[in-house]
Amino acid sequence: MSASVTAEAGAGRGEAETSEFLVEARGIVKKFGAFTANDQVDLAIRPGEIHALLGENGAGKSTLVKMLYGSLQPTAGRIFWKGEPVVVTDPGRARDLGIGMVFQHFSLFEALSVTENIALALPNASDMNALAARIASVSRDYGLPLEPRATVADLSVGERQRIEIVRCLLQEPKLLIMDEPTAVLTPQEADQLFLTLERLASEGCAVLYISHRLEEVKRLCHASTILRHGKVVARVDPSKETAASLARLMVGADVHAIRPKHARVAGPTRLYVDQLDLPANGPFAVALQKVSLELRAGEILAIAGVAGNGQSELFDALSGERRVDRAGAVVIEGEPCGHLGVGERRELGAAFVPEERLGHGAVPAFRLSENVVLTRDSIFADAARRLLGFLDFRAADETAARVSSAYDVRKGKPDPEARSLSGGNLQKFVVGRELDRKPLVLVVNQPTWGVDAGAAALIRQALVDLAADGAGVLVISQDLDEIFEIADRIAVISRGALSPGYDAHVMTLEKVGLLMGGAHGGSEAIEGALKLREADGRAY
Amino acid sequence: MDQSALLAVLLTIVTASTPLLLAALGELVTERAGVLNLGVEGMMVMGAVAGFAAALTTGSPHLGILAAAAAGALLAVPFGVLTLNLVANQVATGLALTLLGLGLSGLIGERFVGQPGVRLQKLQIPGLTDIPFVGPLLFGQDILVYLSIVLAVVVSWVVFRSRTGLILRAVGDNHASAHALGYSVIRVRWAAVLFGGALSGLGGGYLSLAYTPQWIENMTAGRGWIALALVVFSSWLPSRLVIGAYLFGAVTILGFFVQGLGVGVPAQLLSSLPYIVTIAALVVISTRRGRARADTPACLGQPFVPDR
Ligand SMILES: Nc1ncnc2c1ncn2[C@@H]1O[C@H](COP(=O)(O)OP(=O)(O)OP(=O)(O)O)[C@@H](O)[C@H]1O
Ligand SMILES: [Mg+2]
Repeated sequence: MSASVTAEAGAGRGEAETSEFLVEARGIVKKFGAFTANDQVDLAIRPGEIHALLGENGAGKSTLVKMLYGSLQPTAGRIFWKGEPVVVTDPGRARDLGIGMVFQHFSLFEALSVTENIALALPNASDMNALAARIASVSRDYGLPLEPRATVADLSVGERQRIEIVRCLLQEPKLLIMDEPTAVLTPQEADQLFLTLERLASEGCAVLYISHRLEEVKRLCHASTILRHGKVVARVDPSKETAASLARLMVGADVHAIRPKHARVAGPTRLYVDQLDLPANGPFAVALQKVSLELRAGEILAIAGVAGNGQSELFDALSGERRVDRAGAVVIEGEPCGHLGVGERRELGAAFVPEERLGHGAVPAFRLSENVVLTRDSIFADAARRLLGFLDFRAADETAARVSSAYDVRKGKPDPEARSLSGGNLQKFVVGRELDRKPLVLVVNQPTWGVDAGAAALIRQALVDLAADGAGVLVISQDLDEIFEIADRIAVISRGALSPGYDAHVMTLEKVGLLMGGAHGGSEAIEGALKLREADGRAY
Repeated sequence: MDQSALLAVLLTIVTASTPLLLAALGELVTERAGVLNLGVEGMMVMGAVAGFAAALTTGSPHLGILAAAAAGALLAVPFGVLTLNLVANQVATGLALTLLGLGLSGLIGERFVGQPGVRLQKLQIPGLTDIPFVGPLLFGQDILVYLSIVLAVVVSWVVFRSRTGLILRAVGDNHASAHALGYSVIRVRWAAVLFGGALSGLGGGYLSLAYTPQWIENMTAGRGWIALALVVFSSWLPSRLVIGAYLFGAVTILGFFVQGLGVGVPAQLLSSLPYIVTIAALVVISTRRGRARADTPACLGQPFVPDR
């Protein structure tokens, strides 16, 4: 690994001089209306360097990298490529320069196959069969296995993330920008990715890496730039910092640990799933096989597993997006509802947070208040208004504002469109929107995808508190740390089959790994996680 | 029914189906790119008048064909400027385009009303065309009939097998992603809109050059709308479009034939039959597949404005 870059590198250099930097941004300002998302940001990356861009949710990380990639234009400031000033007018220009990007909110085509999605990024790929074979083998080498013929619409967020990464790696860029690539990967997949990135870096490729997982930043990155409220607040060598000191730099305050919850009291059954079978809805999808679980008041049941083992299908079956003929297969609050739709299940007191926040959990072009109405129309209007079909938008506004302040959703204006929120802030909003209802049953898929350490703690605390207040909480997550932190019981899903739920304090990482066993890379996932844990200096 | 009568019916079915197929193929490509152009009727009727006029003044039906395609594409230009560059609403602009086409063609065609036109010759291959029954059907059509079939095959191949088609589908599925991968969404859509216009023009030209070689105001008589519906009901698949267009043509002509025989079926029922049969058939085809996935291009009708 090359020597680390320290503070102020790259500031104030002559333009004519051949630069030691591959890419350099100077004095970048980006305004959205009156809101300043980036304020005089300087950033410089050498060839072969893995450079971390850190900051809490809404700090302006995605905005900055989108300007490097040409999807946004800076309000002021200049970008230099190998010392030459360039104007990155659009992503096509960036790609010509040799910049590849993995977007936080993917840029995939749902109606197309994995192969087609990747072919679109490779101008010289003409033989689709050869490409499919190459994808299958290369993706396995990268530790991010893909089924080339699957259609993206059928895939989970974790699998989509793999496509984005593999597609970007296959482009062989000179500068690789990765916006939270590991947020939905398993530890083992992330480990493999780091090996690949380290190899690329040793071959001279520069990597700009955004992540909220500070341990992996410490391990992987040679240099870092830290943003707070759109301004650069520090440039440090992450390997010389601790996760806590990095977090402090980002937030400007200490991050608190979760308050331990009081002892669990097994209350009445909130959610009961009985021998649920769900056929696969595509040639590469997973079928659920005889899934049974019982979720009682006051507890958090977590479901671990490698992406693509039936998590999305289970979520769809629980939320009612996919119905089953046998009503008794899913019982919410004593009410058999396998045949009921999402709205009817909500009326029974259930709430659902899908994993894909933009497009599934929220309508991108709708304001936050309108997005509130979408999951709670029934509670807004009194009976008379409801009969006439009127909505109470004032209540919606108030709810949106309440959720925003309770969950620290940072935004440019009071009631923005969902798509203008930063990824983590939108995640806080979609989770907060459901928590705000005080549901009796909450089913949430990847609750802290892409939120920073502080906000993740906030969300986890809210889940723990909700359970303590007597709700049943079902968390589907790939983040084992998260699961061990909050769960009372842990079950593992593998190839569409769900293990029994084990008490969290008798459950160990090894056991989770064994249960993942059937799935690809199950045991390695555990080794990866253990390694991370060792690096972390913590042990369970 | 004797053989010559059957042959006559079959030949009429081909001529009735060809304009639908041409126009619908063009619209299919346009919609695959995510653009909904409801101006098919207007572009068809402009093609009809331009084709007729060019053939009449030059005496060459082939120049008429070219003029028809050019006129259709030309009328698509204001649509492209308004919806792609100026981000106007596609539905409203398309409807306006139809009205514009109908009015403009009436104005241009005023002096051609009642004049005998130039008919596009049918193919005559000695030996082959003379084969009884099969000959005229397979080897005795005009070139536009063959062109429409060839185009259906080519469009199908291009859309699903070539890189161009992949980009076209990508732009129609998610324009933001296509932009993020470096494709010029607007340029791809412009090409698709112009192609759609040209084929609609050809479809119209077929009416005034081959179907009934004369100019009558509003002579497209709603065929543009049928073409639009066929695109949707064929799930944006060229192969199904061929089936749909021919089915529609066949049932229409058979309706006339039955009416001519004086069978006691209400005329209204007969004239609604093509719509019912075509819709029913295409719905059956598209639900028969294992699972119903919406094939609608996800960005259909949505304007694209890149983030700045
Ligand atoms: N198109 C837009 N219009 C208005 N405001 C925007 C737009 N895009 C981003 N913002 C605002 O700019 C700020 C920075 O957003 P950005 O997406 O860069 O954050 P981030 O650092 O990537 O956060 P996260 O970790 O949550 O992804 C946010 O407050 C967001 O609301
Ligand atoms: Mg971001």
